[in-house]
Amino acid sequence: MAITMTEQAAKHVSNFITKRGKGVGLRLGVRTSGCSGMAYTLEFADEIGADDLQFESHGVKVLIDAKSLAYLDGTELDYTREGLNEGFKFNNPNVKNACGCGESFNV
Amino acid sequence: MALLQIAEPGMSAAPHQHRLAVGIDLGTTNSLVATVRSALAVVLNDEHGRSLLPSVVRYHADGVDVGCHAQQKQAMDPQNTIVSVKRFMGRGLSDIADAAHMPYRFVDQPGMVQISTLAGVKSPVEVSAEILKVLRQRAEKALGGELVGAVITVPAYFDDAQRQATKDAARLAGINVLRLLNEPTAAAVAYGLDNGAEGVYAVFDLGGGTFDISILKLSRGVFEVLSTNGDSALGGDDFDHRIYCWILEQAGLSGLSHQDTRLLQTHARAAKEVLTEHEEAPITAVLSTGEMVDLKLTTGVFAEITRSLVSKTLAPTRKALRDAGLSVEEVKGVVMVGGSTRMPIIQHAVGEFFGQEPLNNLDPDKVVALGAAIQANVLAGNRGEDEWLLLDVIPLSLGLETMGGLVEKVIPRNSTIPAARAQEFTTYKDGQTAMSIHVVQGERELVSDCRALAKFELRGIPPMVAGAARIRVTFQVDADGLLSVTAREQSTGVESSVTVKPSYGLSDEQITQMLQASQAYAKDDMMARALQEARVEGGRLIEAVEAALAEDGRLLKEGEGERIAVRIDALRAAIAGDDHRLVTQALETLNRATESFAARRMDASVNKALTGHKLEELES
Repeated sequence: MAITMTEQAAKHVSNFITKRGKGVGLRLGVRTSGCSGMAYTLEFADEIGADDLQFESHGVKVLIDAKSLAYLDGTELDYTREGLNEGFKFNNPNVKNACGCGESFNV
Repeated sequence: MALLQIAEPGMSAAPHQHRLAVGIDLGTTNSLVATVRSALAVVLNDEHGRSLLPSVVRYHADGVDVGCHAQQKQAMDPQNTIVSVKRFMGRGLSDIADAAHMPYRFVDQPGMVQISTLAGVKSPVEVSAEILKVLRQRAEKALGGELVGAVITVPAYFDDAQRQATKDAARLAGINVLRLLNEPTAAAVAYGLDNGAEGVYAVFDLGGGTFDISILKLSRGVFEVLSTNGDSALGGDDFDHRIYCWILEQAGLSGLSHQDTRLLQTHARAAKEVLTEHEEAPITAVLSTGEMVDLKLTTGVFAEITRSLVSKTLAPTRKALRDAGLSVEEVKGVVMVGGSTRMPIIQHAVGEFFGQEPLNNLDPDKVVALGAAIQANVLAGNRGEDEWLLLDVIPLSLGLETMGGLVEKVIPRNSTIPAARAQEFTTYKDGQTAMSIHVVQGERELVSDCRALAKFELRGIPPMVAGAARIRVTFQVDADGLLSVTAREQSTGVESSVTVKPSYGLSDEQITQMLQASQAYAKDDMMARALQEARVEGGRLIEAVEAALAEDGRLLKEGEGERIAVRIDALRAAIAGDDHRLVTQALETLNRATESFAARRMDASVNKALTGHKLEELES
């Protein structure tokens, strides 16, 4: 069971946290919503909860709750640029269907 | 798949519901758009990596160009290439001092000037909307979705009409304006001053062609603009020009072609930029005539040739401080804005003036847009509850006209919005049944010195003795800075109100309404003038008749004196009224009543003059 981050993604996350001035790491999660059932959440983490599972990738702490991990296990978080847009991308091996834009999915 | 950004804890958006918001610096020379991405404010670049969009719009046969493309054609097609349109926003032709020296074909419209182009007559609002459209497209491409809204910055000294014009331009460009933010305030926000210590800050903004100095006071999370000053014709371009003149002088050049002038201007600008980092800048160019220019500009020479320009920025700065009633020592921090503040001579002069190092670690070209983006991010709901919400203040006092053309301020400047204030007024004449409410904006005491915003009438006031009626006038400014005014007679509840949309031509409907309004007022004005003239004339006649009666009362026939006295009283009564026709009538009646008396006086004085003289004497 693991969540990983590409070096590119880790670099951006630590940069954002530094500029933001606070935060212990990155919180990944899944919640039920969206056109294909599930949606990713990506937030700054200001504290580590008692139930949080922790992973570390290129020096950046990734926090996730156990329920979400079931949907995200093996996911690699990447940071890419598409035209003028840039941001994070979930490479999730569990996904069977995703909506056209990829913001929500089911497994 | 869609690219995600990191949200604040607990603030993740539902899929397809990202609250994308941007800050836009709609500048005189250049415009920018910025956003907050994963907690970081960044300026969004175009496909070529350029962040600055020249605020230049060119209308041609096949459409519209905005930015660099338009700028390149400026010299070739000046009539249709509109630069610095910001100067025309919300302004009438008479407000534009140097209109005669501009290449545009201006069309004088009530409210706001328009420009005739190849693509038809365009208002400054439409031209600005073209710039905003390009920025909006850039933002939507960069953020991968539709914007929920934008914070757009405006100069602190913009009045209501200019602010409304800016909002209308945004609406025309399909942008929802979350808020207009004062440029100096945005710069202060970018530096995080709003989270810091309360106190007074100076924002020194030297752009390409304009200079603004603002003194801000931060208290309880609100920035107040204490004073502003500046020079609308001073900027980096003037420094370039000084170098250009120096080159001509040093190289002994004159009578250059357009092309060579442009070439040397470009070199002058490049040299200025080199001097930001280096002690000297080489200037080498070959003119179309084959002449060689090979010079070296040192920082020392540059400082010398631009000394007067630097001091031209300090004079308004001193004045702004004086207007705010502050001394230099009371300024807690100085924020540098505008590309021209990169010049070490400016940094040095400002540092010396304020006795402290100015804040300059953010890119001075971008700082306003970044601050606007931070504010937009908060307003779009992307921050936690503990986050501040910067409040806006009213830039100029709002009030109404009272007797004698004086202004009664109802909402003083720097009140935070939304705001509502009420004040009671009364009638000044017995039986007065209507009251005209004239809403004005400005700091001056006389109505004629303030900007007129709206005029409306409260009718149906029950006739009472003067001073008995109680009319409550309420001014309300919503979060967008839009003003509505309501007048209500307290005993009967009759009410009248107006929402102030400052006057200028945007839609045809508005133009029509405005024309009608101005015609209605034109008639009022004409009547008022006629009345005033009749009153003066009547007063003069009464004076003349009374003087004649005193002098030649013995010439009156029986009962004539009484008849004239009655007519004089009637004329006096008419003068006290407000119908110019009644005054004219009474005037004529009095004239007729005194006709024979006047004839007798004339005969008497002629007789008197002739008595005792011989005919020969008179003829000679």
